Amino acid sequence: MSGIVLQRREVLKAALADRGDTLFVTGLGSATWDLASLGDRPENFYLWGAMGNAAMIGLGLAIAQPERRVVVITGDGEMLMGLTSFTTIGARRPANLAVCVLDNERYTETGRQPTATGLGTDLAGVAAACGFPKAVTIRTAAEAAGLGDLLLRTPGPVMAVVKVVDEALPMAVPPRDGGYVKTRFRIGVLGEKAATLP
Amino acid sequence: MDEHWSVAAHRHFTAAGVRQVAYVPDAGLTRLIERCREDNAIETVMCATEEEGIGLAAGAWLGGQKAAVLMQSSGVGNTINAIASLIASAHFPMFTVVTMRGQWGEGNPWQVPMGQAVRPVLEAVGVKVFQADSADDVAPMIEAGLRMAFSTDQAVAVLVSQRVIGSKVWVADKTEGGQ
Repeated sequence: MSGIVLQRREVLKAALADRGDTLFVTGLGSATWDLASLGDRPENFYLWGAMGNAAMIGLGLAIAQPERRVVVITGDGEMLMGLTSFTTIGARRPANLAVCVLDNERYTETGRQPTATGLGTDLAGVAAACGFPKAVTIRTAAEAAGLGDLLLRTPGPVMAVVKVVDEALPMAVPPRDGGYVKTRFRIGVLGEKAATLP
Repeated sequence: MDEHWSVAAHRHFTAAGVRQVAYVPDAGLTRLIERCREDNAIETVMCATEEEGIGLAAGAWLGGQKAAVLMQSSGVGNTINAIASLIASAHFPMFTVVTMRGQWGEGNPWQVPMGQAVRPVLEAVGVKVFQADSADDVAPMIEAGLRMAFSTDQAVAVLVSQRVIGSKVWVADKTEGGQ
């Protein structure tokens, strides 16, 4: 689609430069590779499956850790599959949760087939209609300059949809052992004793 | 029995340290959901579909909290990929209470196929299933199921039989919303 200029990894890298101890959940596919490309860390929980559930994992985490910022990074196909979660998050409204959809209007992993976000669905509009106090679509470099504030500091729940170009990027592969990534995340958040003892 | 199973179930949630309860309403779960909603130590999250509850429970665990997911048997069909792909793949503990339809004395033919499939489908994705066929079984199974789920990192489902909840009798002129 014409008019899309932003590059997903460039935008994400700039927005998350001062991510500190922010907790991340990524939707399967490109979003997982994108976050991994910024460097692996214990506070990243990467999905390699469970399509449609990234935002709800973020909600459970945000409720459990109300003092920590929780950011879900996902793609448009993954978010479309989990669209009902907008109503659940909009009803609960956790102030510490932000969702960032890197929207290239494609099911990238399965062969770049078009998604509904290029055919009429406005994800930020849906989120606003479901009660998200902050829901925006970012298309320009000037708008992208505010993405870090939206994701890391703006009272949520925040929905930030970033329209990004459809490009083939190298896979940056994080650990794929789910049990390992889960336990490492819990140790990072809770400490080893609380995370591993009954 | 004097005490409704929901009262004991809520007591076991508290004793086990359950802090988040995800639910999609069902008539058979009404009392348990109400007790959880009235409890300030438990965060209840109303979900639009049962699959969301599985994700919520995994997120809660990542953040150090235990969660329970409450659903009707038809909702089990909505959870299967999340249980297989997330819970089983990453060895998350999971605990769910399922109120059954489509079995004992069912009057709605549309409930029977999914109700009958619940146990084999859950077992096919690795869930350990306890089925309570009498009201007296429910609370001990919830207590034991919670311990097993969170002490051994297993997915556990307690199925509350339609024999416990009671089956609906369908009458043509019945008012809507009366289950």
